Amino acid sequence: MPPGRELEGQRGEPTLKPPFPAVSGYMGKPSNVNNVETFANVPVIITKGAAWFSSIGTEKSKGTKVFALAGQINNVGLIEVPMGITLREIIYEIGGGIKNGRQFKAVQTGGPSGGCLTAKHLDTAIDYDSLVAAGSMMGSGGMVVMDETSCMPAIAKFYLEFTCEESCGKCSPCRIGNKRLCEILEKITDGRGTMEDLQELRNLAAVIKDTALCGLGQTSPNPVLSTLDNFWDEYVEHVVDKKCRAGVCKKLMSYVIDREKCIGCGKCAKGCPVEAISRTDYTAPGHKLASMVIDSTKCIKCGACINNCKFGAISIQ
Amino acid sequence: MINLTIDNKPIQVPEGTTILKAARMNGIDIPTLCHFELDGMNFENKPGGCRVCVVEVKGRRNLAPACATDVMEGMEVLTHSARVINARKTVVELILSDHPNDCLQCEKNGDCELQSLTKRLGIKEIPFKGETSTYRKDSTLSVYRDMDKCVMCRRCETMCNKFMTAGALSGVNRGFQAVVAPAFEQNLGDSSCVNCGQCVQVCPVGALTLVDDIAKVMNAIADPTKKVVVQTAPAVRVALGEEFGMKPGEIVTGKMAAALRRLGFDQVYDTDWSADLTIMEEGTELLGRLKKALAGEPVKLPMFTSCCPAWVTFYEKNFPDLLEYPSTAKSPQGMFGAVAKNYLAPKLGVKREDLVVVSIMPCLAKKSERAREELAVNGDSDVNYTLSTRELAHMIRQCNLDLNDMPEEDFDSPLGQSTGAAVIFGATGGVMEAALRTAYEVHTGKTLPKIDFMETRGFDGVKEATIDFDGFPLKIAVVYSLGNARKMMEQVRQGNPNGYHFIEVMACPGGCIGGAGQPYHHGNSDIIRKRMEAIYREDAGKPIRKSHENPEILAIYKEYYGEPCGHLSHEQLHTHYFDKSDKLEATK
Ligand code: SF4
Ligand code: SF4
Ligand code: SF4
Ligand code: SF4
Ligand code: SF4
Ligand code: SF4
Ligand code: FES
Repeated sequence: MPPGRELEGQRGEPTLKPPFPAVSGYMGKPSNVNNVETFANVPVIITKGAAWFSSIGTEKSKGTKVFALAGQINNVGLIEVPMGITLREIIYEIGGGIKNGRQFKAVQTGGPSGGCLTAKHLDTAIDYDSLVAAGSMMGSGGMVVMDETSCMPAIAKFYLEFTCEESCGKCSPCRIGNKRLCEILEKITDGRGTMEDLQELRNLAAVIKDTALCGLGQTSPNPVLSTLDNFWDEYVEHVVDKKCRAGVCKKLMSYVIDREKCIGCGKCAKGCPVEAISRTDYTAPGHKLASMVIDSTKCIKCGACINNCKFGAISIQ
Repeated sequence: MINLTIDNKPIQVPEGTTILKAARMNGIDIPTLCHFELDGMNFENKPGGCRVCVVEVKGRRNLAPACATDVMEGMEVLTHSARVINARKTVVELILSDHPNDCLQCEKNGDCELQSLTKRLGIKEIPFKGETSTYRKDSTLSVYRDMDKCVMCRRCETMCNKFMTAGALSGVNRGFQAVVAPAFEQNLGDSSCVNCGQCVQVCPVGALTLVDDIAKVMNAIADPTKKVVVQTAPAVRVALGEEFGMKPGEIVTGKMAAALRRLGFDQVYDTDWSADLTIMEEGTELLGRLKKALAGEPVKLPMFTSCCPAWVTFYEKNFPDLLEYPSTAKSPQGMFGAVAKNYLAPKLGVKREDLVVVSIMPCLAKKSERAREELAVNGDSDVNYTLSTRELAHMIRQCNLDLNDMPEEDFDSPLGQSTGAAVIFGATGGVMEAALRTAYEVHTGKTLPKIDFMETRGFDGVKEATIDFDGFPLKIAVVYSLGNARKMMEQVRQGNPNGYHFIEVMACPGGCIGGAGQPYHHGNSDIIRKRMEAIYREDAGKPIRKSHENPEILAIYKEYYGEPCGHLSHEQLHTHYFDKSDKLEATK
């Protein structure tokens, strides 16, 4: 929820700017509204001097920045780094690289309204301007690292759900627009999306950015726009091929038993909560029992069978 | 002065002008939805929330809301670039995607700002399908709430909280669920609402509408056992014509009387008549209080007028400690009802319960006033139904009539004749002026040298004057908006430092001419101004302009009431007030 007039007993929603809080804030008085991090920098600057502080960082972004490093990375936690450091340094040196030796896919910076950056941004020196230029932002200092098990349309939807919760409801593009973005993303991740939806998604996201009243609405479409820009193929796969390559979108998955590998032990069927698995009349060469088959119309994609099968006969497609 | 270009046209406007105003001053009409202003009447709603008015400003990253962005030197504004049109259409499509879109059955059909915006932008389909918000329907006797249609423009909220200071409505919930509602989403009738209905007058859509009583009136007219009489308030005759394509400010008194007869009312009377009666009672009450004050007896001053029922409810809820200050005189609607049921019914040879009294009012608060228990005898209300100006227009159209084609007819007697003093009740300051005309002459025994009190006229929210009552300086004030009324009551709590004797209060902008039951003005304050001009034209054209010279009024005192503020008039024409502050407990 964006900062509003709660301290004055008013509903929590932003007011028109100008006047900015520095001119007319709490009870109409000039007010200083800053993040905790900014305030935390002040004593160091006072004790060690501005010159010392400015010696750290880049031309336009001075000093250090605290990031909350999280996601599919070996070392997670709060890190304080000089402005101008590259993503590669953060992810591979400080973060110790991607978990389980998997492939780096994207990093979401700036919290829910930030954007997703890709491998091509790994060597960008990060400061306020370069992040914006790359379609993301410094924002809250969140930094979520993702590997190939992350589905980008699903990630966009996840962040949109958050901004929908946080929207104050004052302006129409954010109040209704973000809800509609979310619904379109849901359609796509459910396998009901069309190519027109992708067009609509882009137009709507751009209009919300262009028309929303406060910073929340003006940035909330960033996850959508940046994933559309950087992971267009993945969207198209969801819409045209009805496939989720990361195996995240449940409605797009199907569990399949390889009848040549299945020895017909039936353990999968016993563990299936919805009785979706039955025996066929085909016995694979070298096996004694007939193989099993999954009725995809009954399957709820719980994943139990794949864990129960000792012979690696079941896979997700 | 600031130089800028709008759509490549160089223009010059004063500093502090918004892009929206600058454009309108130069013939460029940027569409709006949430912004609403009553120019010169101290009402502006500017949340900058709908984003319909967005324009492109060169050098600015985002589109700017024209209604809430001030012009700057050298600014280059585009109001209809492809980017702007696409954004504006998308925003309205979004609004429509969370809207019931049942125009055909909507009270606002044909009068709806969202409907005309949709048409203007050429929106043919809504590309977004998804969840729509639904809320519980809610109604008082005056206001019907269907928040499914709310577009969150917040006009009602600003009206209720800033202009009226009634504090009944505010934004609740957040995000997609956000809507305007009373505190804790309680019923409006259980809130601090005073039923002024001004939220209805400003709502751009059909989310807030009046409670429609046409069918009940039609049934009464069709009932052969009933005699149905009608009274029409002063402000109706200067606004009804607008519903039939006439220019604002057209006076349609005679045509309205003719139409009412053709609708089937048995007798067509005039609330102006009972407005004259109100002046006799209220004026006498004022003189009585002044006399006591001069004699050093304890008495409540200032006296407040009591003919606006929204104002009455307002002090009952907010100032229960000051209930003895307002006049005890009933409103003209209430007085008419009492006279009709007590005096007229026997004259017409019908039993009280077979006489149906209908009022045509510019007002929605009168729908609630009508139902007050103390304005009834054994459960039979003095006034049975109250219709607004808009409902009368609907009824006329429904009955295949056109006001334009009506002949000029007179009201029926004996409750039909009225003076210029009565008709000005419809405008802010009018009750005061009417009371002064009578009180002065009754008090001094002299003829007024000048009948027009210019100091009580006009659109200032607070007007003050000292009137020379033959050597006695009478201090008066005239206010409209309950926000201004609240300030006056607070002064009374502080011991009346300005020494007022008499204060007129009207809730609505400009008085009843700007009432919530009048044709929608959509924020065009010129319409209200024209209605006021018409009111004073009607007054100036009347042969008799002082209430105490109305022969029908003199006759009823002679024949029935005896004297103003006498025993019988106290019984029938005066009322009492109740502490209703418990209605505010929930919000404390
Ligand atoms: S952009 Fe969202 S959070 Fe900001 S004012 Fe609009 S609705 Fe509220
Ligand atoms: S995934 Fe679950 S529901 Fe589907 S077949 Fe396997 S066990 Fe049954
Ligand atoms: S509020 Fe307006 S747009 Fe909505 S249904 Fe009614 S007339 Fe139609
Ligand atoms: S009727 Fe008047 S008091 Fe009641 S909610 Fe509407 S504006 Fe407020
Ligand atoms: S109820 Fe009407 S006036 Fe109030 S916010 Fe909704 S649309 Fe606007
Ligand atoms: S000012 Fe007139 S129209 Fe408005 S609430 Fe009062 S009586 Fe009704
Ligand atoms: S009219 Fe300007 S934002 Fe609504």
